[in-house]
Amino acid sequence: MTGIMPNAEPLFDTDKPALVARLRVILPAHCLLVDEEDLRPYECDGLTAFRELPLAVCLPESEGQVVDVLRTCHRLGVPVVARGAGTGLSGGAMPHGQGVVLSLARLNRILRVDPLARVAVVQPGVRNLAVSEASAPHGLYYAPDPSSQIACTIGGNVAENSGGVHCLKYGLTVHNVLRVRVVSSEGEIFEIGSEAPDSPGYDLLALVIGSEGMLGVVTEVTVKLVPKPELAQVVMASFDDVAKAGDAVAAIIAAGIIPAGLEMMDKPATAAVEPYVKAGYDLDAAAILLCEADGTPEEVAEEIASVTAVLTAAGARDIRVSQSEAERLRFWAGRKAAFPAVGRITPDYYCMDGTIPRKRLAEMLAAIAGMEKKYSLRCANVFHAGDGNLHPLIMYDAARPGEWERAEAFGAEILELSVALGGSITGEHGVGIEKINQMCVQYKAPELEAFRRIKRAFDEAGLLNPGKAVPSLHRCAEYGRMHVHHGDLKFPELERF
Amino acid sequence: MQLDDLVERVRAAHDSRTALRIRAGGSKDFYGGMLAGDVLDVSAYRGIVAYEPTELYLTAKCGTPLAEIESALAEKGQMLAFEPPHFCAATAGGCVAAGLSGPRRQQAGAVRDFVLGVKLVDGTGQVLDFGGQVMKNVAGYDVSRLIAGSLGTLGVIAEVTLKVLPQPVAEKTLVFEMDEARTIASLNRWGGQPLPVSASFWHDGQLWLRLAGARAAVVAACDKLGGTVAVDGEKHWNSVREQTHPAFAGNRLWRLALPSSVPPPGLDGLRAIEWGGALRWYAGDLDAVRGAAARAGGHAVLYRAPESLRCREGAFAALTPAMLALHRRLKQALDPAGILNPGRLYAEF
Repeated sequence: MTGIMPNAEPLFDTDKPALVARLRVILPAHCLLVDEEDLRPYECDGLTAFRELPLAVCLPESEGQVVDVLRTCHRLGVPVVARGAGTGLSGGAMPHGQGVVLSLARLNRILRVDPLARVAVVQPGVRNLAVSEASAPHGLYYAPDPSSQIACTIGGNVAENSGGVHCLKYGLTVHNVLRVRVVSSEGEIFEIGSEAPDSPGYDLLALVIGSEGMLGVVTEVTVKLVPKPELAQVVMASFDDVAKAGDAVAAIIAAGIIPAGLEMMDKPATAAVEPYVKAGYDLDAAAILLCEADGTPEEVAEEIASVTAVLTAAGARDIRVSQSEAERLRFWAGRKAAFPAVGRITPDYYCMDGTIPRKRLAEMLAAIAGMEKKYSLRCANVFHAGDGNLHPLIMYDAARPGEWERAEAFGAEILELSVALGGSITGEHGVGIEKINQMCVQYKAPELEAFRRIKRAFDEAGLLNPGKAVPSLHRCAEYGRMHVHHGDLKFPELERF
Repeated sequence: MQLDDLVERVRAAHDSRTALRIRAGGSKDFYGGMLAGDVLDVSAYRGIVAYEPTELYLTAKCGTPLAEIESALAEKGQMLAFEPPHFCAATAGGCVAAGLSGPRRQQAGAVRDFVLGVKLVDGTGQVLDFGGQVMKNVAGYDVSRLIAGSLGTLGVIAEVTLKVLPQPVAEKTLVFEMDEARTIASLNRWGGQPLPVSASFWHDGQLWLRLAGARAAVVAACDKLGGTVAVDGEKHWNSVREQTHPAFAGNRLWRLALPSSVPPPGLDGLRAIEWGGALRWYAGDLDAVRGAAARAGGHAVLYRAPESLRCREGAFAALTPAMLALHRRLKQALDPAGILNPGRLYAEF
């Protein structure tokens, strides 16, 4: 049906009994799930609106088994979707109906912590927080801290290029991973990067990190550890106007300060959070800012004084500085609990992940307020203000007919506005299946074609996570037919049907 | 010069299967493998396209001199934190293509860590925009960072967007008398502590250490570390960054990238140590360098040598056959006719 369109997604038709028979040869019984009730928990990741049952779930316990599974699937032409803890928010680990899920959860050993060289070598199923816990006795930690860090795995972080609240100062996963071992779709092992800087050849590490399981399956990761700052302190400022809060963020940067964390929450977000965690937020404020300083005690005192001066000049109506570690954690607790707190006041919520230039924040929030009316849905906004990464939480009730569709359209409009304002459809959650249509808005056909050629350089047969992250031009043409922007047709060279 | 002119040149070269040697300032002609093809001079495609200090980015056309970029940044108290060398004439495009970072790399990161987006003319003459101007962007593969260090073999960098950072409030340089082994041990020990070390350089029994950050942090670190305070710190670090320091003299210079904590790899001719121990410079005619670097978990670049020697030995450590095949497929994906800087990275493509 789609054969005549350029780049249509390949169709797979897997012989399940034959596949299962081959998998049973290479995996012990406890490493293979094939019955529907066992497969059910794997039908989605953290984005529960998209579900698909795989044919089988493989739970290898060694790299050798990962290689065997990939070789087998390659021989049989079966799609493979790699999965860590399944906490992803873009459906990147949603199974393929004709494929297997390759869970790396049992490759969960920390292989080495080297305090002198400040590196840790871990398997992909190790939880993010476990790396910092293992490094803590040496005064070191792993910097990227996505809010799901107690559960999410390093392998998943590599796949998504995860960030966190401290990435303005300490970087994303791509800045903190030194080396990965990757198994290709054909079962070949590649060592990419090393503990030595500037590996020879192309910077494949940059390409693999954030590739959403489309280029290879990670079996080992070497991460950089950094010294734990002696002290951290948070300033909490409230504003009676979101535009003022946005300007305050720019003013902090303009003053030459790169805080360890710089977060914003709007009124609906603080209203949802406060009864839940009792962080002491100013509930009358239109927005609150949390700004963290870390370093030596002298350094922190200096930075807190500068930040306080800037915030005062920017018109903050109230400023509080954490006076103890307990208070600092309480200020943060509200921000970190924003998602579950919103989850308490609405049956379902849909978390978006656009990035925008910081100066466009007020514009974006005003537009979102308009969209709330347009779609008759409420939205709370939490914002990694320091790096322009906005997480609107659209509240809906999946049980009510039409609400999910309205939430989805609401989200799509936010993402497309992010692009129009000079930003991106995803800052840290990935494209997955969720934002695949918006990729057609973010990129033009030549870039999408280049992505597909890069994909083929790694995975000629197109078996790794097919249908995710990079849309076919066919799909974009279809989407463009529905969403013509400003009368400008995005894929004019393609036939419409 | 317009973007269309660049596109036309590449398209014509593609159609006639003519190799192009991309060049602007020419400051790094010495670096890498063979220089082959008709010169595509991009130095006239220049100018800062956008600079937003509070958004922490700057976009420049490829031929823009780094000096021009850095003076615009300095006016706003900002900098390119990876401290790229200028070698008199370096430009934005060449800086990203070569991927060479300077002394501050140990604290701030490498060129690739600061690349937010590129406008690329691929080997067929198609204009491709990857990444953007925001700090976080995970839509699509990170081609922008892949381009850093690819030596022009994957496309002509027409424009690049770099993340910029505020200059440190305070800087101080300390000097210690130390041998090689103690230097490596000390640098790694300090690296594990919350100290604001922004650069390190060892040569001939002397370790130079630059502290940079908040005033209070620099003062506290000076008290803690001891050593002698250098009066000409800035001049010294400039000579390291620009490699005008005598340690970099000679025409057989090897650049060894190693895990920072590995002990001396047992080679003669050590000239300098940088980046907290992760970068070590050797001089001389050495046969055993590549093997020793690999055994220590790193790799060696034949950095400065006559072109004939670099072409014979390979400037960069050899790739495994599987890795070389993957590189060729990637090259094919962006430059199918193989016309862009052939042989500059590896003789094979």
